[in-house]
Amino acid sequence: MSTPALSIKGLKKNFGPAEIICGVDLDLEPGERHAIIGPNGAGKSTLFNLISGLYHPTEGSVKLKGEEITGLPPHVINRMGLSRSFQVSNIFANMTVRENVRCGVLYSLGHGYSFWRNVGNLREVQQKTGEVLERVGLLDKAHLPAALLPYADQRTLEIAITIAGGADVVLLDEPTAGMSHSETDRAVALIEQATAGKTLIIVEHDMGVVFNLADRISVLVYGQIIATGTPEEIRGDPRVREAYLGDEDEQQVLAGGAQ
Amino acid sequence: METIVFSLLNGVIYGLLLFMLSSGLTLIFSMMGVLNFAHASFYMLGAYFAYSIAGVTNFWIALILAPVLVGLVGAAVEKWGLRSVHANGHVAELLFTFGLAYLIDEVVKIIWGRNAVDYRVPELLDFPMFELFGAQYPAYRVFILLVSVGMLAALWFILNRTRAGLIIQAALTHPHMVGHLGHNVPRIFMSVFGAGCALAGLAGVIGGNYLVTDPAMAVQMGPIVFVVVVVGGLGSLTGAFLAAMLLGLMQTFAVGIDASFADIFGWLGLSATSELGGITIASLAPMIPFLMLVLILMVRPRGLMGDREL
Amino acid sequence: MQSNSVQSYEHLAPSRAVKIRQRFVPFVVMAVVLLLIPFFDPSRTMYSLTAAMGINIVFALSYNMLLGRGGLLSFGHAVYFGLGGYAALHAMNAIDAGNSAFWSNYPVFMLPVVGFAIGALAGAVIGWPSCKRSGVPFAMISLGVAELVAAAGYMFGSIFGGEMGVTGDRMVGPQAFGLSMGPVEDVYWFIAFWTFVGTLGIYAFTRTPLGKMSEATRDNPERVQFVGYDPNRVRYLVFIFAGAFAGLAGGMSAVNYEIFTPESLSLVPSGLVLLMAYIGGIRYFTGPIMGAILLTYMQSMLSDYSEAWLLYLGLLFIAIVMYAPGGVAGMVFGLLEIFRHGGAREMLIRRVQQAVGVALAFTGLVILIEVAVRWSNGYGEVFEPFGLHLGIDTPLSWILILGFFGAGFVTLRLARNNEEGHA
Repeated sequence: MSTPALSIKGLKKNFGPAEIICGVDLDLEPGERHAIIGPNGAGKSTLFNLISGLYHPTEGSVKLKGEEITGLPPHVINRMGLSRSFQVSNIFANMTVRENVRCGVLYSLGHGYSFWRNVGNLREVQQKTGEVLERVGLLDKAHLPAALLPYADQRTLEIAITIAGGADVVLLDEPTAGMSHSETDRAVALIEQATAGKTLIIVEHDMGVVFNLADRISVLVYGQIIATGTPEEIRGDPRVREAYLGDEDEQQVLAGGAQ
Repeated sequence: METIVFSLLNGVIYGLLLFMLSSGLTLIFSMMGVLNFAHASFYMLGAYFAYSIAGVTNFWIALILAPVLVGLVGAAVEKWGLRSVHANGHVAELLFTFGLAYLIDEVVKIIWGRNAVDYRVPELLDFPMFELFGAQYPAYRVFILLVSVGMLAALWFILNRTRAGLIIQAALTHPHMVGHLGHNVPRIFMSVFGAGCALAGLAGVIGGNYLVTDPAMAVQMGPIVFVVVVVGGLGSLTGAFLAAMLLGLMQTFAVGIDASFADIFGWLGLSATSELGGITIASLAPMIPFLMLVLILMVRPRGLMGDREL
Repeated sequence: MQSNSVQSYEHLAPSRAVKIRQRFVPFVVMAVVLLLIPFFDPSRTMYSLTAAMGINIVFALSYNMLLGRGGLLSFGHAVYFGLGGYAALHAMNAIDAGNSAFWSNYPVFMLPVVGFAIGALAGAVIGWPSCKRSGVPFAMISLGVAELVAAAGYMFGSIFGGEMGVTGDRMVGPQAFGLSMGPVEDVYWFIAFWTFVGTLGIYAFTRTPLGKMSEATRDNPERVQFVGYDPNRVRYLVFIFAGAFAGLAGGMSAVNYEIFTPESLSLVPSGLVLLMAYIGGIRYFTGPIMGAILLTYMQSMLSDYSEAWLLYLGLLFIAIVMYAPGGVAGMVFGLLEIFRHGGAREMLIRRVQQAVGVALAFTGLVILIEVAVRWSNGYGEVFEPFGLHLGIDTPLSWILILGFFGAGFVTLRLARNNEEGHA
């Protein structure tokens, strides 16, 4: 068995007296597409914040490709090859689409804090930025200010910035939230294509998306993973049904797959 | 012994004045997020208003009227100035009050002139209260003490025993929640801003004749008020009180210490004739507040008693 | 999706023509203006005014690296200007003394380099603790540091010269470019050269990866972390450069005035540079340049004419904060935008209406202030514009004041109603 792309052991997080994440264990194979589902308030976003370094865990450890990243600041974790998107569009609103993606590209191409080069003359950066824009289909909107993009395009840009640095472990936080059906379909195609060959963890509420995209699924309830398995296993798991009891739409999806 | 007792008394009085001046800013800053650069300018206005009113009538009428007038000016500034800048964020608000401080300074210079005005302690209080170690202690200082303690008690009563006070307390720690509870937030802001300015004005009325009333008094006090608020911590009047006392005592004591660096670090070979050795603790007194400010922000950003980081 | 692997994305970058128009031409224009000024045979006053403008342009631009481009509000930027200036003056005196081979061969013309280095050093030392925080805490730390440095300035006479400051003589050492640095014309070339270099340098900085990430950090420090950058590190590096260019301006000032006092480290010049940058417009690169030119002009011309110039400055600043956050540059570019897009006649009319309203109300305000200032001085002097006699007790004064205010107010109301009618 190869080194897991991401390995979480006994992860806990308390906010004051409240235990939000209480002992999560999870191993991801390289190239795996893993979805995390669970009811609102289960701690999905907190889990992402813990993995990506925004929060420090109270206990437990996170390893990225075998290396300990617990307690490291986000930018260091990012440089080690883990990138994430946000639930609310978190882009550079005053910049153009192209500049947004360029921000994502710069560090990975070794131009960190350099103050002796003109960004306009960096061939590689131009090339990589263009490739990413093309890949996500924003090439024709490259010169628009990011703030003026329609919502769905802002979400796409969010993903573009996330993958621009070439990280091989990608965390997407509800990438299709608030999208219409057709927009969602396009977004799923985009995610599949943009994260090909990468390890992906996705938090998603849309069960259609989850069952289409994921190789494996984990169900997070009250800060604990109650089940992990292939989509079929999850669909058949009685505990999962129990956790989702009352939510008829999702019950249906769990029972019969995407409509 | 004498120096210690006198320093203690004077330090407490200075601390109380500082607190009176800063309590308004703590209220404003915690609730509205506005670090009012012009706060000390309202303190100055209080002193000048009192000087003019006392000139026409007497000190006691000025004591009541001047803070009220300053409060009205403050409320007007909030309503017609600050409120329209609010949408552009806290930095814009900070800049607005920064410009306002410039403006008030200049207007004061035009109306009252560039030199200090002769704002005097009222005759009724212009006598030595008691004798201490052979030195006389002026009654006016005791009066300052009484007014400050009275204000402290009134503030405590309003905040803890009235409905308006409870709303304000809630707004101090959870500024966003108050609006959701259906209170008229703009009006609360305006009243708090006005009341905060009135407190600064009161400090000006009783401090202006104790210290000096001149156009530079705002610039001198302004940064120190910030220090009290920041060191005390966001949302905490108790913290502001502690910080004001601490500052008042430290500064007063430092002024009383004649020792130089050479006296203290002489054992390290620091000579009294060298530049560094010649510096006395007393001459460092004005720097103490800013040292505290920088240290607190770096080491404990929430201040002494603050409930959240700046 | 296509998979043509070797596609070029050159077309995404701005075209050559755009680059030349937006980046090259403005600097050529600047250079030409700087070269042409001496041919108009300016007076000594004009020369000293342009020198002050040049210094302030670099200073304000360096300040805007923090406020406009980095989102860092500083109340202590004069510290770096002052320390750079002091360093340059001490270097000037070392050239004069001629005790070391290095300094005796160092031309005075190159002293801003010393200012740059010391400004950067000061930025590196002071920025280390300051840049761990941003927003209001950063502003407060900068305020505290400025007070401390200014106080230290008065305390250490051997370095800062006490109240009297440190003086120097610029006509020493080897000449560069055949400039003796004596006559104002020579000093002009020195100022012009360094104004150009400073402006170019600061502009170039905005084009670097660090400059771009500084803007990204200003807008969204959280996101920056997830593209591999430490926001504090970005701020720290930007802070060092801002300090360096402020030091450069300080070096220019040292050569121009041949004196520095501890006053130059204090909150007053720090506040002034904030006003320059903000009034000019912090969102535009050219904003601080406009602000520096305008305020320097006001400072030297208006302060001769009216004692209340600081009051006018405060009013201008507040008006900008309240009604035109884009500053002077924002207004200028806004107008250009209106002209460029045809069919905006109504817009233009409204702007003119607003301008007239502001001008009327402002006239009333000026009369009020000027009448009041003269009354306040108590020398019996009276404001007499255009042969009018406007005393504090002349009814005409008050009729004019109220009249102008009223007219201005009504005009602004009309303009606003029009706007609402169209909206």
